Amino acid sequence: MNDIWGGLTQAVWLVVTLDAELLEISLRSLQVSVSALIVASLIAMPLAAFLSVKRFRMRRAVIAVLNALMGLPPVVVGLVVYVLLSRSGPLGVLGLLFSPTAMIIAQVIIIVPLIASIAHQSLRDLWQEYHDLLISMNVTQRQKMATLLWDARRALLTAALAGFGRAIGEVGAIMVVGGNIDHATRVLTTAIALETGKGEFALALALGFVLIALAIAINLAIHWLGRTEREGAW
Amino acid sequence: MVSTMFPLTLTGARSARAGKTLVGPVDLTLGGQGVTVVIGPNGAGKTSFLRMLHGAARLSSGRIDWACPTPEAQQKQGFVFQRPVMLRRSVLENIIYPLRIKGVSRTEATRRAHEWAERVGLGDMLGRAAPVLSGGEQQKLALARALISSPELLFLDEPCAALDGRAMIDIEKILTDARAGGTRLIMSTHDMGQARRLADEVIFLVHGQALEHAPAAQFFQSPATAQGRAFLNGDIIA
Ligand SMILES: Nc1ncnc2c1ncn2[C@@H]1O[C@H](COP(=O)(O)OP(=O)(O)OP(=O)(O)O)[C@@H](O)[C@H]1O
Ligand SMILES: [Mg+2]
Repeated sequence: MNDIWGGLTQAVWLVVTLDAELLEISLRSLQVSVSALIVASLIAMPLAAFLSVKRFRMRRAVIAVLNALMGLPPVVVGLVVYVLLSRSGPLGVLGLLFSPTAMIIAQVIIIVPLIASIAHQSLRDLWQEYHDLLISMNVTQRQKMATLLWDARRALLTAALAGFGRAIGEVGAIMVVGGNIDHATRVLTTAIALETGKGEFALALALGFVLIALAIAINLAIHWLGRTEREGAW
Repeated sequence: MVSTMFPLTLTGARSARAGKTLVGPVDLTLGGQGVTVVIGPNGAGKTSFLRMLHGAARLSSGRIDWACPTPEAQQKQGFVFQRPVMLRRSVLENIIYPLRIKGVSRTEATRRAHEWAERVGLGDMLGRAAPVLSGGEQQKLALARALISSPELLFLDEPCAALDGRAMIDIEKILTDARAGGTRLIMSTHDMGQARRLADEVIFLVHGQALEHAPAAQFFQSPATAQGRAFLNGDIIA
């Protein structure tokens, strides 16, 4: 108990004094997950818009697969990316294993289905609303998608935040492909796992505070976005 | 200006949904000028008829032939829906939308939008969010948004249903101006006063059937069918 109490006070101290190691790990976490978020959004949002406006034979199947992929265990994603990137794997020549890029790839795979699914729900509803008008104006497929993406931007931001939340809190996949290497691929979650394992509660707790603060900030942002959306302030 | 899209010929045109015929089969020919008013009781198929002509509802049988290729004809049409669709944008952004998708510059589009907003009486609401406008204001917006791209043919489905007397007079003025400018109007209304004021010709629909298609004066003075007479008397049509 004393250990934990001592760890807690030390942790607060680390946060308050902006400890160098804490800062480095936090920034790397943000860097990896923000990169993953940007790449994933660029894939997921247009995909969601396309699935909303385009009727094609396999559409239902694609949506079902997307929903199923949301439930992928991250550790398995990590394993697959590991195999692909490992020296003897098909992408081994790129030498990406145990690099932040490998972590970004894994996170992108994990959050694309999540972002696409949430985005698709709002875009599909908006398309129901807009359908008659846009069809009657002879709007091109591309313009339809652009209109939906723009007018649903608040809901899309919510989808993106949900994706970011999942990425930054994820540990299984990035542990496998990143390797938790000090000063290279160590991020908030993997560092917490390591420090806790070593019994170093101070740094682990301090890292945990940062992670919780980020999670709360994301949830507040989603909540606030939801409110402005309902109040129709745009 | 006589539109190149007309005459428009319907041959046994019928539109159905889930096995139920909404309108048709209809046989008639529409000329290129004036205002056609579609009247009939609730559920007669007025909305379905306009949507079918516009190509928004699939034809289940029969043909609709424009004087030019159908896609070309559809480029020159506008449609004001009975329940206005508001883009989740400001009033201004809604009105300039059809111009922007056709590549008109923002400056030019905005200039024209100001004119149209003024004409329909939304001049001081350009910054407001369109979805929170009142029903009548939304109808005015939909009208401005439809007319701003100067369609050769404009469909209007009960464009004045949610408007008060004053606004209705304003809108009718805009419609008569458009007609004078050569815009072909095909509209539905349940307001017989409005039908008499605006119509050059009337199509009288009951149960999806075009019972009458006649010059307005003729229809209002001596309808050819018993149902037509009953409808004008305000009787219930079985
Ligand atoms: N998508 C649809 N699916 C099934 N039935 C429909 C559909 N759309 C319309 N109907 C039915 O077709 C009939 C004609 O509808 P329509 O909306 O064309 O009538 P209307 O003359 O415009 O009526 P109102 O005066 O109330 O606007 C109605 O009985 C309606 O319930
Ligand atoms: Mg109707």
